[in-house]
Amino acid sequence: MLEVRNLSMRFGGLLAVDQVSLDVQEREIVSIIGPNGAGKTTVFNCMSGFYRPTGGTILFEGREIQGKPDFRISRLGLVRTFQHVRLFSKMTVVENLLVAQHRHLNTNLIAGLLRTPSYRQREQQALDRAAYWLDRVGLLDMANREAGNLAYGQQRRLEIARCMVTEPKLLMLDEPAAGLNPAETRDLNQLIIGLKEDYNVSVVLIEHDMSLVMEISDRINVINQGRPLASGTPDEVRQNDDVIKAYLGEA
Amino acid sequence: MATHSLKHALFCAVVTLIIAYPILGLDLEARGTSVVLAGADTATVVSVLAAALVVFVFQLFRHRILGSLGTMPSLNPFANREPMPQDKRQRLETIALVVLVVAALIWPFFVSRGAVDLATLVLIYIMLALGLNVVVGLAGLLDLGYVAFYAVGAYTFALLHQYFGVSFWVALPVGAGLAATFGLLLGFPVLRLRGDYLAIVTLGFGEIIRILLNNMTWLTGGPNGIGGIPDPTVFGMEFGRRVKEEGNVSFHEIFDVAYSGSHKIIVLYLIALVLALFTALVIRRFTKMPVGRSWEALREDEIAARSLGLSRTAVKLSAFTIGAFFAGFAGTVFASKQGFISPESFVFLESAIILAIVVLGGMGSQLGVILAAVAVIILPELAREFSEYRMLIFGAAMVLMMVWRPQGLLPMRRIHIEINKQE
Ligand SMILES: Nc1ncnc2c1ncn2[C@@H]1O[C@H](COP(=O)(O)OP(=O)(O)O)[C@@H](O)[C@H]1O
Ligand SMILES: [Mg+2]
Repeated sequence: MLEVRNLSMRFGGLLAVDQVSLDVQEREIVSIIGPNGAGKTTVFNCMSGFYRPTGGTILFEGREIQGKPDFRISRLGLVRTFQHVRLFSKMTVVENLLVAQHRHLNTNLIAGLLRTPSYRQREQQALDRAAYWLDRVGLLDMANREAGNLAYGQQRRLEIARCMVTEPKLLMLDEPAAGLNPAETRDLNQLIIGLKEDYNVSVVLIEHDMSLVMEISDRINVINQGRPLASGTPDEVRQNDDVIKAYLGEA
Repeated sequence: MATHSLKHALFCAVVTLIIAYPILGLDLEARGTSVVLAGADTATVVSVLAAALVVFVFQLFRHRILGSLGTMPSLNPFANREPMPQDKRQRLETIALVVLVVAALIWPFFVSRGAVDLATLVLIYIMLALGLNVVVGLAGLLDLGYVAFYAVGAYTFALLHQYFGVSFWVALPVGAGLAATFGLLLGFPVLRLRGDYLAIVTLGFGEIIRILLNNMTWLTGGPNGIGGIPDPTVFGMEFGRRVKEEGNVSFHEIFDVAYSGSHKIIVLYLIALVLALFTALVIRRFTKMPVGRSWEALREDEIAARSLGLSRTAVKLSAFTIGAFFAGFAGTVFASKQGFISPESFVFLESAIILAIVVLGGMGSQLGVILAAVAVIILPELAREFSEYRMLIFGAAMVLMMVWRPQGLLPMRRIHIEINKQE
């Protein structure tokens, strides 16, 4: 469903991403790994429309999307989280999820002022969906807290729930396990597998710690200094000589 | 730490000197045919120096002074108060609101005409500030040319009446709609700009509208303005001594009461009250609707909002347009109240005052904005004898506010949404 071909991104003299290619099929978890500064987040930023890539094409369901505005890409069903959590921190947890559902709501101003039946029904559905996802990520009790007051791990899960209420086709997670303890990381891995199994989303996952993604990834792409180093199943990548030398060897 | 606060205190004192000396001490005096700059007399110099000293000492011990003030229970009754539960708070707020509205309804029958007239002006500023609050407080867009939309509303009524004899009630939606259209047209190219640039461009737009009104003499009468703008009618009744418009009837004849000049003023006040309430309620609903949530989301984190499919331009534009709509609303009422308008009523200072109300009121909070409007419009009237120092007091109040309570008089409180727990 997603095909990235020879993606390049240059910042002035720095070639942050150099000819990276990536394939994601339906219901697949694909990981991008590489050391800090390898260009992983930059790949995400190109895919989600935050940057206009300087080279290459990105096809989503057969359509070229490179260079499209970010909010349009999100509306196609490509939704992302951020390496540094970005919540609407003064708003409550539920409100965070309601904002994300704007496309499922009746945004007609007159309908809202008059509280027409259709408006109220949509609003109730959004609340129900929010409640469902809060329950799913274990945050239902926090529904009316300010999002900024949640613990770090809870914020990470809220960010994922906020993506899921938009009913995405492809979920992009940028280092979702960063800053989590081992138990939280295991829960997170379970959650990600669950998203794929139960809701048919594909996942692109960025991690810089390779061991985390080995068990949940269908395929792994390794990049190093902006260049693709290897790709394949976890086993293939684990046995790849270049990867062992450049990546595992240093650890 | 100590040297830092010493430096800071010195800096503040010097700024005080630089600002206060020219304002208080220097005077332009006409001597014969030439204008000369007169220096300050000794008393003024001494008082300016004393003021600088006070600022210096205050800034030096600011933390200690503010700290002890904050913990002194007599001065800060809210110091150790638990937040109220939401349903109790909302019930209290509703009761307070009802009492306030009832009081506002019967009050004008017991006071002087001048007081009612001033209250009408306060209500107009409440409408303006509530509208600007959408743009600045909720959507986080700094608009320094808000007065332009106010002018559009006022001039729409004045011109429509002058050329087509249109009445207040027809002009009200048309003026607001036209102001909103202006907001939409201006917003479209401008809202791509960020913070400071947006402020400057809107500032420019405010001035352009004023200059256009000033110079399009053939249409607007230029600096001479437009007069003869009628009062609102109620069910075809006029409140003047004689009926001006064909087909209308006179209030005091119908009800067979003695004519009184205060009828007209009270009716206008009541209409302004209803419109201000309407403004407050509509905007309050907006904040609970998808559109209001998206304003806040964009203000909180623009990148996250966009990543969820919110279009920055569309969201900002909606805030800008709705804000402009209510400015047009207020403009129509203003034109009707004054009976005469000229570009002089729509200078930058007006934008600044409205903005000050929003900031004082606590960005986003409606009750705060209403309180601040009352304070900012009425206090200077009460302190007429200090009128020379009006702007100075005003500025000082703003600075104090920013130091002490940057969140405003009554910061916005979020309303929680109940969620049905599924078992
Ligand atoms: N907006 C930008 N402007 C300039 N350089 C950037 C920008 N974004 C990222 N870079 C550079 O691109 C390289 C890759 O960064 P990034 O994609 O964040 O790496 P990773 O996510 O793999 O840790 C880094 O050297 C970084 O400094
Ligand atoms: Mg990164």
